[in-house]
Amino acid sequence: MKKVQAIIIGGGSAGLAAAVSLKKNGIEDIIVIEKDSEPGGILEQCIHNGFGLQTFKEQLSGPAYAERFIRMAEEANVRILLNTMVTKLSADRIVEYVNPEEGCVQVQAEAVILAVGCYERPRGGITITGTRPSGIYTAGQAQRYLNIDGYMVGKKVFILGSGDIGLIMARRMTLEGAKVCGVAEIMPYSNGLPRNMKQCLEDFDIPLYLSHTVTEVFGKDRLEKIEVMEVDENRNPIPGTEQYFDVDTLLLSVGLIPENHLADQAGIRMDPATKGPVVDDRYMTSVEGIFACGNGLHVHDLVDYVSLQAAKTAEGAAAYLKNGKPQGELRSIRNGNQVSYCVPAAFYPNDPPEKLTVYFRVRTPMDNAELVIRSGDTVIRKLKKQKLLPSVMEEALLLQKDLSGLTDDITIEITEGGK
Amino acid sequence: MEKELICVNCPVGCRLSVTVEENRVTNVSGNRCPRGKAYAETECIRPERILTTTVRINGAIHRVLPVITERAIPLDLIADAMKEISKIRVEAPVSSGDVIVKDLLGTGVNLVASRSMAKTE
Repeated sequence: MKKVQAIIIGGGSAGLAAAVSLKKNGIEDIIVIEKDSEPGGILEQCIHNGFGLQTFKEQLSGPAYAERFIRMAEEANVRILLNTMVTKLSADRIVEYVNPEEGCVQVQAEAVILAVGCYERPRGGITITGTRPSGIYTAGQAQRYLNIDGYMVGKKVFILGSGDIGLIMARRMTLEGAKVCGVAEIMPYSNGLPRNMKQCLEDFDIPLYLSHTVTEVFGKDRLEKIEVMEVDENRNPIPGTEQYFDVDTLLLSVGLIPENHLADQAGIRMDPATKGPVVDDRYMTSVEGIFACGNGLHVHDLVDYVSLQAAKTAEGAAAYLKNGKPQGELRSIRNGNQVSYCVPAAFYPNDPPEKLTVYFRVRTPMDNAELVIRSGDTVIRKLKKQKLLPSVMEEALLLQKDLSGLTDDITIEITEGGK
Repeated sequence: MEKELICVNCPVGCRLSVTVEENRVTNVSGNRCPRGKAYAETECIRPERILTTTVRINGAIHRVLPVITERAIPLDLIADAMKEISKIRVEAPVSSGDVIVKDLLGTGVNLVASRSMAKTE
């Protein structure tokens, strides 16, 4: 069997950043495996701008951002296998892939980095009753049709879910001549970035229906009509609030879920909150030598954060390839009051990194909150947060001296603040 | 007059407080960088946006090429700009940054390719 130091599964924003970082850290013998016909991943269909302000200090479109990383990977002589699908991943790091040139191949890797991205929650993942007509797409699928393949998916459109992809598609479909009748959001607040509320909806007078959802779809071959209802605080439709929209297209922007059937196959422990692998402070999963990064680990707000995070995963993998697993026992980083998840969720008190950034999200919007990081009864740090939103990923920085020698788990919690 | 705006320059989305007197912006606060101030000034007079869309391309891996205006153009010209752009056909190969339309609708702003696309065999 062929042997290689590291295999990166996925050639999108996370995989490319991880590859460049592995090379920088002296790991030469690596392969990136990408299922599409070119590297870049979902960035290639995100033709809007706003990417790269953190990484490159300038505003780039998605494809332009991807191109920077593709060039860096080329300059670092990263080997990328295109049109190649990983079909199996085992706990002993044997990667099986298939492509038209080589057929089915097995490679033994010393380290594997999962940079697999996520998929969109489909219609089947939410409850919408009615018929099964054409014209119902996930927002990202419609985005790919329009921005890469050059096809419009419809003329009269309604969008369910106010996540950023839904908002961006509302503008994009409008610019291309479609009538976007509205965006419904089941929560009482928007899930998108404020800038997208402004430039994607307000600029084009597209109404946003908060605390509303699509309850039924009608149409035999093609979608003809949808029913939208207001929901109560338990997200149940309120009888008597039915509204009907004659639309031929419904776009669903109702959540992203890390794509983790390979992680499951390898027996990696998953976090029910992120739906990605549980990782330690080196971004290693519960299976030795298998690491995770990007949106396949947890869904990030910005690609800039994905690139930064993936580079850290690569540093962890490079350290593992040079020195093996850290010594001592793992301690957990736990979700306290109002915190929905923490990544990483574990650390080595006997061998902590110089700095550890813990990414977390809160459960509900909160103003004037106090964030407390504690280990047992000992408070490590208190921070004031003016505004916390579930749609905005937060960071907590821990230093080596904070983590060193701790015997208790760490808990991150919100002790004050509310709406 | 006091106005509240969300800066659309980047995903941070700063909340800006703007004072407008006699059709002139006299004070901007809440911005974390100079882009926010410039945004507030145009937003209160004549809003501008960066336009991103696609144009048809022949001889490339995909049927369309993503394009972007080099700078923001007036929001009220976006619909006309889309009409103009829909007439364009380009031939591969294209390099990132290549000018696709010079001086779009007389705005002085170029429309450029936002990625490279090689010629396919």
